[in-house]
Amino acid sequence: MKTPEVAIELYILLSAILFIMGVMGVLLRRNAILVFMSVELMLNASNLALVAFSRQWANGDGHLIVFFVITVAAAEVAVGLALIVAIFRTKKSIDIDALHLFKD
Amino acid sequence: MTFSTDAQASVIAILPEILMVVLAVAVLVLDVFWRVRERVEIGYVAGFGLLGIAALVWLIGTPQQSGELSDQLVLGGMIRHDDLAQIFRVMVIVAGGLSCLITMGMDRLRVRGDFYALVIISVIGASLTAAASDLIMIFLALETLSITLYLLAGYLRNDDKSTEAGLKYFMFGAFASAFTLYGLSLVYGFTGETNIYRLGRVVSTGGLNDPAVVIALGLVMVGFAFKISAVPFHFWTPDVYEGAPTPITALLSTASKAASLGLLLRFLLAVFPPPDLLPAALDGVKDYSVLWVELAAVLAVVSMSLGNVLALVQTNIKRLLAYSTIAHAGYVLVGVAAISTDKSGDGAAAVAFYMFMYVLTNILAFAVVILFADATGSNEIRDLAGLSRRSPWLALAMTLALLSLAGIPPAAGFVGKFLLFRAAIDSGLVWLALVGMINVIIGLYYYLVIVKVMYMDLPQDEAPIPVSLAHVWALSISSAGVVLFGTVLVSPLLDWATDAAHALYVML
Repeated sequence: MKTPEVAIELYILLSAILFIMGVMGVLLRRNAILVFMSVELMLNASNLALVAFSRQWANGDGHLIVFFVITVAAAEVAVGLALIVAIFRTKKSIDIDALHLFKD
Repeated sequence: MTFSTDAQASVIAILPEILMVVLAVAVLVLDVFWRVRERVEIGYVAGFGLLGIAALVWLIGTPQQSGELSDQLVLGGMIRHDDLAQIFRVMVIVAGGLSCLITMGMDRLRVRGDFYALVIISVIGASLTAAASDLIMIFLALETLSITLYLLAGYLRNDDKSTEAGLKYFMFGAFASAFTLYGLSLVYGFTGETNIYRLGRVVSTGGLNDPAVVIALGLVMVGFAFKISAVPFHFWTPDVYEGAPTPITALLSTASKAASLGLLLRFLLAVFPPPDLLPAALDGVKDYSVLWVELAAVLAVVSMSLGNVLALVQTNIKRLLAYSTIAHAGYVLVGVAAISTDKSGDGAAAVAFYMFMYVLTNILAFAVVILFADATGSNEIRDLAGLSRRSPWLALAMTLALLSLAGIPPAAGFVGKFLLFRAAIDSGLVWLALVGMINVIIGLYYYLVIVKVMYMDLPQDEAPIPVSLAHVWALSISSAGVVLFGTVLVSPLLDWATDAAHALYVML
């Protein structure tokens, strides 16, 4: 049985949609965890694009980048959650509108 | 284009990073085995360790005298070992070493070995950023630099402002690097290559879709603009600079910025080269360099103007220096805009020279700010009143830093600004140089107001400010640098910067 071919454009379109959803999430959400999840969505949109491009060019470089992106994203999660916990301890809230110690 | 397979050259190319990993581990081990009484000296190990590595980098230079690109691209093309990488590496490692020394003035941080280890790791990231020549390495190095800096900015967990600064920096930073990554993935997608020199050829000659290239360039530039805090991606700067521990503010404004600028120069010229850098035989060459020259010029104008105007109304010295950083990002971008049309390398040399002196100047300014804040508990400019009577040497050091930032001789900042504006004029961007000069005049006002407060106003408290030995080292090294590179050592440093700039144009 032959696997149906999916055009590269569709993958890129999907990744662009995911990326824009991530951007909107960061800009519109006020909860630090949700903002953070939206950033992860943006990174995964890039991963999807990279994997699709990698298949199109028939070389492994794109896959290689994806491995690094996944690792870096994991490190970022560790640091980000630690910072969110530190904020929660002092403010009892992770609403990013509550971050207003600085004045202009 | 082939990559060097010489194992010895590969090891030498990443020798500074190898040594810094060893240093970071050594600091962590000492942190465990030393008792608190001995541990107060741990900053010397980290600080002088890094300064020693910087000296070594300077001594090694670039072993390949042939200057061929294929000899300089080592480790499968991940790293380019050339003069540009070396000069920016020296800058970031010196910045890291001096930041470690000025950390020793803060009692809360002085005994924390893990703090110094994190600083060293972020310097490793910065140093690799300056040498990276592959999309994978670019992403990895930038993230090593950023993730450690998020941690360091929020390091003082019991300090509300520090945790808030850490979280803000993290949120904006992660957002910006996601943009860069998407841009890099598009660049890979258009070309199928990850080495920036290989893919630059394809970008120019591959007959790509113009809007797609513009989108990729724009996305990548978001991340760069964030890292060098250029307007409109500057809004995190004042808050993070104010809240982060001051040695980290110093590191953020120097190492992180210098490394990103080094990479920016390399990335723009390699991936979107002006057509005359490519071999004449190629057909259908498209010129995308016009795009980023215009983009850099626009970013330069808005960063300079907005940074300077907002700095005028600041009352907190850390916030004022944050806005001054934004303005300086604008000045440097003037040089970046000049690198495409002027192939003599003056623009890139000016950027390298300017960043070198900027690193020393900013560390000097923040070293004084730390001492002052530690002694008085205040970062307000009005509390600096009468500093010349309390601690004349500190007031002199701060004055030197401010004169250098303002661009007044004999401090090094004058030469740096002169070179940048001359490069802009040589490459036909006279209007940009004019806008820059007007901004320098605006900047004079707020820098000199601080000098006036320090020398003319009367102090509320006459007690001199205590200065630790580590601080004396940091202050003397950075102020000696600022004075010497502005006077007798101008030409050696400028020669090195010019060599670095020439390496930038070797692309075949």
